[in-house]
Amino acid sequence: MAANSPSLNPSAPPDDDPGVLPKAASRSRSSSSRHRAERNPSSNSNSAVSFERSTSKPVASYPSKRSDSERLGSQREISDDEARFVYVNDPGRTNQPIRFADNSIRTTKYSVLTFLPRNLFEQFHRVAYVYFLILAGLNQVPQLGVFTPAASILPLAFVLGVTAVKDGYEDWRRHRSDRDENNRTAQVLAPDGEFRPKRWKDILVGEVVKVTADETLPCDMVLLATSDPTGVAYVQTINLDGESNLKTRYAKQETQSTPPESTAGLIRCEKPNRNIYGFLASADVPGEKRVSLGPSNIILRGCELKNTSWVVGVAVYTGQDTKVMLNSSGAPSKRSRLEAHMNREVILLAVALVALCSIVTVLAGVWLVNHHDELNDLPYYRKEDYSGPEMDNYDYYGVGWETVFSFLKSVIIFQVMIPIALYISMELVRLGQAFFMIQDKNMFDEGSKTGFQCRALNINEDLGQIKYVFSDKTGTLTENKMEFRCASVGGVDYSAASDGEEDGHSITVDGETWRPKMSVKTDPELMNAVMGGEGIEKSNRARDFFLALATCNTIVPILVDTPEPSLKLIDYQGESPDEQALVYAAAAYGFVLMQRTSGHILIDVLGERQRFDVLGLHEFDSDRKRMSVIIGCPDRTVKLFVKGADNSMFGVIQKDLDLDIIHATKTNLHSYSSLGLRTLVVGMRELSEHEFKKWQSAYEKATTALIGRGKLLKAIASNAERDLRILGASGIEDKLQQGVPEAIESMRQAGIKVWVLTGDKQETAISIGYSCKLLTGEMTQIVINSNSRESCTRSLQDAASMSSRLAGAGSAKSSLALIIDGTSLVYILETELEEELFKVATTCDVVLCCRVAPLQKAGIVALIKHRTDDMTLAIGDGANDVSMIQMADVGIGISGQEGRQAVMASDFAMGQFRFLVPLLLVHGHWNYQRMAYMILYNFYRNAVFVFILFWYVLYTAYSLISAISEWSSVLYSVIYTALPTIVVGILDKDLSRKTLLKYPQLYRAGQRDERYNLKLFIFTMMDCIWQSIAVFYIPYLAYRHSDVDVSGLGDLWILAVVILVNIHLAMDVFRWNWITHASIWGCIAATVICVIIIDSIWMLRGFWAIFNMMGTGLFWLCLLGIIVAGMVPRFATKALTEYFLPSDVQIARELEKFQNLTASTISEIPMSTFSHPL
Amino acid sequence: MNPRGDSTSGSDGAAEPKRKSKKPRYSRFTQQELPACKPLLTPAIVVTTFAFIGIIFIPIGLLSLSASGQANCIPEQLQNDKVAFIQSSTTNKTCSRTLTVPKNMEGPVHIYYELDNFYQNHRRYVKSRSDKQLRSKASETETTNCAPEATTSDGSVIVPCGLIAWSLFNDTYSFAVNSKIIEVNKKNIAWLSDKEHKFGSDVYPKNFQMGGLIGGAKLNASIPLSEQEDLIVWMRTAALPRFRKLYGRIETDLAANEQITVTIQNNYNTYSFEGKKNLVLSTTSWIGGKNDFLGTAYLTVGSLCLFLAMGFIILYLLKPRTLGDPSYLSWNRNPDGHY
Repeated sequence: MAANSPSLNPSAPPDDDPGVLPKAASRSRSSSSRHRAERNPSSNSNSAVSFERSTSKPVASYPSKRSDSERLGSQREISDDEARFVYVNDPGRTNQPIRFADNSIRTTKYSVLTFLPRNLFEQFHRVAYVYFLILAGLNQVPQLGVFTPAASILPLAFVLGVTAVKDGYEDWRRHRSDRDENNRTAQVLAPDGEFRPKRWKDILVGEVVKVTADETLPCDMVLLATSDPTGVAYVQTINLDGESNLKTRYAKQETQSTPPESTAGLIRCEKPNRNIYGFLASADVPGEKRVSLGPSNIILRGCELKNTSWVVGVAVYTGQDTKVMLNSSGAPSKRSRLEAHMNREVILLAVALVALCSIVTVLAGVWLVNHHDELNDLPYYRKEDYSGPEMDNYDYYGVGWETVFSFLKSVIIFQVMIPIALYISMELVRLGQAFFMIQDKNMFDEGSKTGFQCRALNINEDLGQIKYVFSDKTGTLTENKMEFRCASVGGVDYSAASDGEEDGHSITVDGETWRPKMSVKTDPELMNAVMGGEGIEKSNRARDFFLALATCNTIVPILVDTPEPSLKLIDYQGESPDEQALVYAAAAYGFVLMQRTSGHILIDVLGERQRFDVLGLHEFDSDRKRMSVIIGCPDRTVKLFVKGADNSMFGVIQKDLDLDIIHATKTNLHSYSSLGLRTLVVGMRELSEHEFKKWQSAYEKATTALIGRGKLLKAIASNAERDLRILGASGIEDKLQQGVPEAIESMRQAGIKVWVLTGDKQETAISIGYSCKLLTGEMTQIVINSNSRESCTRSLQDAASMSSRLAGAGSAKSSLALIIDGTSLVYILETELEEELFKVATTCDVVLCCRVAPLQKAGIVALIKHRTDDMTLAIGDGANDVSMIQMADVGIGISGQEGRQAVMASDFAMGQFRFLVPLLLVHGHWNYQRMAYMILYNFYRNAVFVFILFWYVLYTAYSLISAISEWSSVLYSVIYTALPTIVVGILDKDLSRKTLLKYPQLYRAGQRDERYNLKLFIFTMMDCIWQSIAVFYIPYLAYRHSDVDVSGLGDLWILAVVILVNIHLAMDVFRWNWITHASIWGCIAATVICVIIIDSIWMLRGFWAIFNMMGTGLFWLCLLGIIVAGMVPRFATKALTEYFLPSDVQIARELEKFQNLTASTISEIPMSTFSHPL
Repeated sequence: MNPRGDSTSGSDGAAEPKRKSKKPRYSRFTQQELPACKPLLTPAIVVTTFAFIGIIFIPIGLLSLSASGQANCIPEQLQNDKVAFIQSSTTNKTCSRTLTVPKNMEGPVHIYYELDNFYQNHRRYVKSRSDKQLRSKASETETTNCAPEATTSDGSVIVPCGLIAWSLFNDTYSFAVNSKIIEVNKKNIAWLSDKEHKFGSDVYPKNFQMGGLIGGAKLNASIPLSEQEDLIVWMRTAALPRFRKLYGRIETDLAANEQITVTIQNNYNTYSFEGKKNLVLSTTSWIGGKNDFLGTAYLTVGSLCLFLAMGFIILYLLKPRTLGDPSYLSWNRNPDGHY
């Protein structure tokens, strides 16, 4: 939810009949409460927007406009053809004529039958595989049969098989968990009126289900009755959205009283949709008028029932239709930048392939034309076939066709130029890298016991090239654990709480001691004021202030047992951490919220238990930015308490009253927010009998209105919240997460620009900026704070001239910080001013955006992403960050306090902001380095092989045959040389973690594309041509006048090339551990064994050739000569560049090897804990 | 600066059995801290490597050059006649040549025939054979790949089928020193493995060279294929268009300046494809036949490496750099350039 919103509570307290109030009021509430629920979707519209964005596939158009019907959802009746009719306790009729999906779930992609076709279909989305398939198909044409059918299919079958096994295993695990889930049992009402166990998968829509405490809900159900007489039920939605606090749900009074077995009726509800915060339905209960149902009346599959002994509900959405299933879309698929670059080089290789094939084709054509007349005389060609009754051409179709065949055959034989095993290798390497990232103990959050999560498996290497980090503030930089810090009551600032005593204020109930779970430090002066030590006037104001804090919220107190039988802890559960902090604060000052039901609140006021009736509640909405309650006090007065954001509150506070208090409060608020505190202003008004009546009738009218209900309710709320008397303001601290300033400093050194996008106020944002070391005293701040197009244009121009002036001055010391607010962004984003902003923002070192809406966050990410090649990373924890997480190249979710929506939308998830440092600087660097090397090496490895084949073809009358046995050729890229690159791609480390963290600047290697670029590719290809020449021509020249046979020479070539490419890899390995040794030397040994096996099969032409070859000294001398001659140029170049043109990484490696790192003092950054800069 | 500190200390308190947390189990493997050696191309290593290669390669090169020198070789050009001559079956194709032995040749002296411009590695040619048929009598009819020499025009199978067998070399040579015939041993010229496993002892030639076009030698139908060593040698198709095949061995020594008279039955038609025929007498050394290339190559590479070693020494002396000196790091060289 919006980081700055004080509260956002979708659940409205329901109605019960406390019986203390006048009858009229009670009736009005009972009718109003019915509709209150329906209001919820609109009051919740903000979160609904972001949530929908979060679960949809990456959105192509931005920003997404919601349809009118969606926005006005609360105000429309469901038409019959859009509705689902559920007959309560009559599944037979409900499922007529269309049978709804049953309650079995299937998260698997495949079944036994569909596995093969579907998996293959998905795999062939890769163009490269289609290419290999086409070539394998071509190979089956008799005229083009270069390989035997089996050999031609094998490599493709191998890579497809490995992927299929991987997919199959993952799917099997899903299948198993589905099966367990489907076979759980629930109590379902049987026709005989008893609840009988039934398997989850057999539950039908319309059936009545009973769930007891701590059970998981089997499907989405409308609550009919609960064990609580008022119809309250508490659910924990941790599985759904990750929020661990309890949410209240209500059964309607109309159904609550009916015994479950005799419930009947018709529920008209929406078609299944994925909005977990919205539900729209109406119920026709026999003998009652139509009741409308909202999100607070439905409990969703996956939630757990808590603190309620049982509930009975009717299944409305089952199985795949449930909201949790509709929301379980997979991680968004992104493609890494390295892979995009790689595809460019693949195209280059394809061009090279066509060139090679064309050369061969032309030469073959020329040869055929030259020898055209003598073809039949050539004993090795024999154009004509005399064996048949008539003389016939033997496998000859004329020069033209033969040339065409030559081309196709050459494509088949040179096909591995496109590295077939690269894609599967990359997948395996990423899997291995993900394993190590997950296993890294430095990225495990001890506090929340959450580890690192890899949700996207194809962008690991992007982590090594990030240039911009866009961070949310609340919950990302800060802990989102709110702590009440200071209060301004009646214009007096009480902020000495920090050195005040820690008050474990407790109350005694029936001989038991109840104590709030969290204690808050109190300010002695304020305490004194509350107790009446500073005059009655001050005391009343302070008491009203804390009464407002204790009542004006949606917190539910839950009693928790402690080992001590007489001591109970009060745990305040609620959806807004700010509200929790406020209620704990009120409790510390003696206003202990003890019980909240739908109709009343029980508060222990300074030791005296008092009951307050909740007469009305205006929920928070993002337009008003405040919430209010109407409370009937024990002294029969009716009070309206309002709390809200300062700018919205000062508009409704009576101006002519308490002028000096208002002024003083404003001053205090300013100082609070510059300390980085989140502020709320509290006000109140006493309602006269007449006013209350007027409000009540208007409220009743509004809640029964059929059209425009939401608007009417909002108007009523605005109408009531006026002429308030100011009580005071609160300052809540959102503590900075551990290690944030250090992390930001490291990233800054690494050349990563950190931008903070927050919903908070400008002052708060700036002060957080200071405390996390993002902003420093030397920085020149450019503030853009405009509310019109013209002024925006002006400020941008000013900013641009200022930045160019500073750049012109050439003073490296003074850096720029841009602070811009959401209102200005409205006029800038998606207009031609965007370009201006981009120019200004990129010259600044720090950009702070405050008061930004979720879509604006995505807009800012897009600003950078669409204009530069730089990689962007967005990190956030709340639903409001989802859009930017999806927009950025890499999205990271913080699995913290604010639910799991950000995590669900992210590519990676972790517990703390500071883990970004090991993630980017260490794992990102490694991943990028490893993947970049692996791709280049794969290109090289296959190209060397193809060139060897090509050279040989030149000595075979261009007849496209390979000396290397076909089995060795097909095994080359999948077996002989595949494993070492994968192992190196997973395990090799150019630098140790320690060095990378010590010198964050080393990260820039990735930003500069140092390890993979066109220059390196070309260099590698040139090296590859030289090595292929060495491999081919040394044996060629040595065996030129000998009786060597095809297979013998072929064996020499394949062994030479396999050893050579492995030595090449070995030369580039940075760290040799036993696994690297085993894989590289093992692979060479495996190749020798394979060649020996192939040459031991009498059927094949190379029978025993390898043994005869190995028996001669020439063979071994050739092998040694090839390896040395092949490697010398590369070795010399490597030695030369490493010594005379060392990269930073190279120097750091030397540092690691020759110097004790801890002893070195150079570029040590002082990193003491620092105090607040203000 | 280093965010590891706190979590490392925190991991010590991992003894929390009640919660089955996903906490990573610490091991050197999972933390990517396996013991490893980190080779670095220091000047010493680079110079040593190059020097070492040079020191190893130059003697090997010299050795193999001398070995190749020991292997004596008498190539003899055998090109004289024309296509019409060779195709006629009536003309007498016998001719004789005289060779002088340049040096003493110790037996056994290998007799090779060398063909040039004969693409035994041509795709059409290589695959035109049937290994199954060659191996056992039962598979006599397995001639799928043998076109165009699979069957005779009346449809009966040819054994051995295929172009390779059909084009079997059929020149014969006899040698005499001072009119005294030198025995040519034609036994064991083929690989033992081929004789034992690839060519069946129960397979006899059948319908061979009976077609309209005679490709080469005829085979004695009463000798099983496993004993037809010329065929076996021929069917090991050569890797390159210019190749030698073993014809036989002279078991006696040949003295220097001896005059050898070679009587050649020049039957094989190489004229139709402008091929060349050579006759080669050669002794072998441990390195194989006479071939100077490898020795030269080793000498070249070896001296190049020595040269590189020297070059690197000079470079290292001229432009020394302290390894691992942080002042060479890019951000230390121009400290303002990166923000």
